[in-house]
Amino acid sequence: MRDARGNIRRLPGIRLWLSGGWLTFLVLAAIFAPLISPHDPLAQDLFAGRLPPFFEQGADPAYLLGTDSLGRDVLSRMLYGARLALIVALVAGTLTCLIGASLGLIAGYYRGWVDLVISRFIDIWMAFPPVLFAILLIAVLGTGLMSVIIAIVVIDWTRFARVVRAEAMGQGAMDYVASAQVAGRTRFGTALTEILPNVLPTIVALLTLEMGIAVIVEAILSFVNLSISTDQPTWGGMIAEGRTSIYQAWWVLVFPLFALFLTVLSFSQLGEGLKDHFDPVLR
Amino acid sequence: MSFLSIQDLTVQLKNGMPLLRHVSLDVAPGEVRALVGESGAGKSMIGKAVLGILPKAARLTGGKILLDGEDLQTLSQKARRQRIGARAALIPQDPLTALNPSRRVGPQITDRLVDILGWKRPDAEKRALELLEEVHIQSPDRVMKAYPHELSGGMRQRILIASAFAAEPKLIIADEPTTALDVTVQKQILKLIREMQQRHGTALLFVTHDLGVVSKIAQSLTVLYAGKVIEETTVKDFFAAPSHAYSKALLAATPKYTDPQGSLTPVPESVITAVEAEVAAFDEQARAGTRP
Repeated sequence: MRDARGNIRRLPGIRLWLSGGWLTFLVLAAIFAPLISPHDPLAQDLFAGRLPPFFEQGADPAYLLGTDSLGRDVLSRMLYGARLALIVALVAGTLTCLIGASLGLIAGYYRGWVDLVISRFIDIWMAFPPVLFAILLIAVLGTGLMSVIIAIVVIDWTRFARVVRAEAMGQGAMDYVASAQVAGRTRFGTALTEILPNVLPTIVALLTLEMGIAVIVEAILSFVNLSISTDQPTWGGMIAEGRTSIYQAWWVLVFPLFALFLTVLSFSQLGEGLKDHFDPVLR
Repeated sequence: MSFLSIQDLTVQLKNGMPLLRHVSLDVAPGEVRALVGESGAGKSMIGKAVLGILPKAARLTGGKILLDGEDLQTLSQKARRQRIGARAALIPQDPLTALNPSRRVGPQITDRLVDILGWKRPDAEKRALELLEEVHIQSPDRVMKAYPHELSGGMRQRILIASAFAAEPKLIIADEPTTALDVTVQKQILKLIREMQQRHGTALLFVTHDLGVVSKIAQSLTVLYAGKVIEETTVKDFFAAPSHAYSKALLAATPKYTDPQGSLTPVPESVITAVEAEVAAFDEQARAGTRP
């Protein structure tokens, strides 16, 4: 019964707090970027090029995290970059999840020829090298936010499909699924009430992981200048620009890299924590 | 008139290997028929075939299953599911995997009443509470709100029994319902199933490999070997004098407290060879179409 064990509720844990904290901070920063940015992220000031961050000698307090070689404020660019990173993470992650998980659920639960078709399709799809595939796609679709999102979805849905299929297959063999069918539940109804809730913890964990991956893919594409147009600051774009002046102005590279790192890490840690939270046995 | 009548049922794996060989058996209303045999004899497969939940690799290739006089195979899939849902229920083997871990217990019972009988949810909830009381669960309202993992195996089996009887089915198939439980709980559960079966007048097909259980619950039994019916008799006759050599050996292999050493004799090689030969001859006859 609940009384005895209910008291030993697991605390959300420091991981969940830290990752959730960073992501909340990021969301707020992204939303209020126009209000809190000290400068216009695109404004160049060639007289203020390569100013170091505040803790170094010769820093200008107006540019907290320094400026790049064109004199653009690194902090402002990062704040605006967070917007794109988060939009890509949320939209691409969710779309990938919806498409991949649905196909995986169908394949794993209905089995038979449906599974055969979907599984072979996944096999073929996964044989393409992902980054090359993305670059090819962008080349065809043209650069822009939509293209990046489409590229991520197209590359990564297989990840969900594979894992969810395996999980759904395991759940489908459980006695409670048979019981539900004996009780007159339709196949579709069974999939919805018996299979899906038990696959959900895995889907949630994968979803957050995917959001992190989406941020990375967007950064990779920006790095090779194939993401969103160059007049929009992105973390990947900043890293690419910072690379050329790494010896003169390391901060242009390191700050966005650090933000990227923390964000991806937070997404994956958030997934771990949420998975436990959604699992009725661990709850 | 029997409520469940299986005639000449044949189930094969997709590669043609037979799992059930022309099995016929009947269960009358209110009757308890035990289905015994060793592991892999096809006991559970019969139940699965009746309930329409055969595994994907197996196929029903011949014979008829009449439920309340209606041939299930002639119905559309949808109609069959409705018919089975309304008339039959399953008490599964493993109470630990038979309840959905991510849903509370209450809805899992009431779903049946809503799905099958078209009841309103408050009525179904009231009935579920009564059922839980009927299977001797204390504080049923708390159990309704619990998740399965918060309950013990015995409790879960009680819940499964309650939910099997929920929609007043005329036939219940119990697939080794006590195997996964420890001995003391086994006895209570068995008593409970018996009690519920008698009160509701349900026909019960009780799959088990435990002859001790058979003697306590059933009136008639069917012995299976390799998917073939070896003997069909009443429990009284069986325990007095089993007619088939394999049944005799099976009975001799049952452990008894009174003779702990002597009773643990395995089924002798010679009996196995004989029964294997009998199954092979039966297959030969079936193939030639000369089976009486």
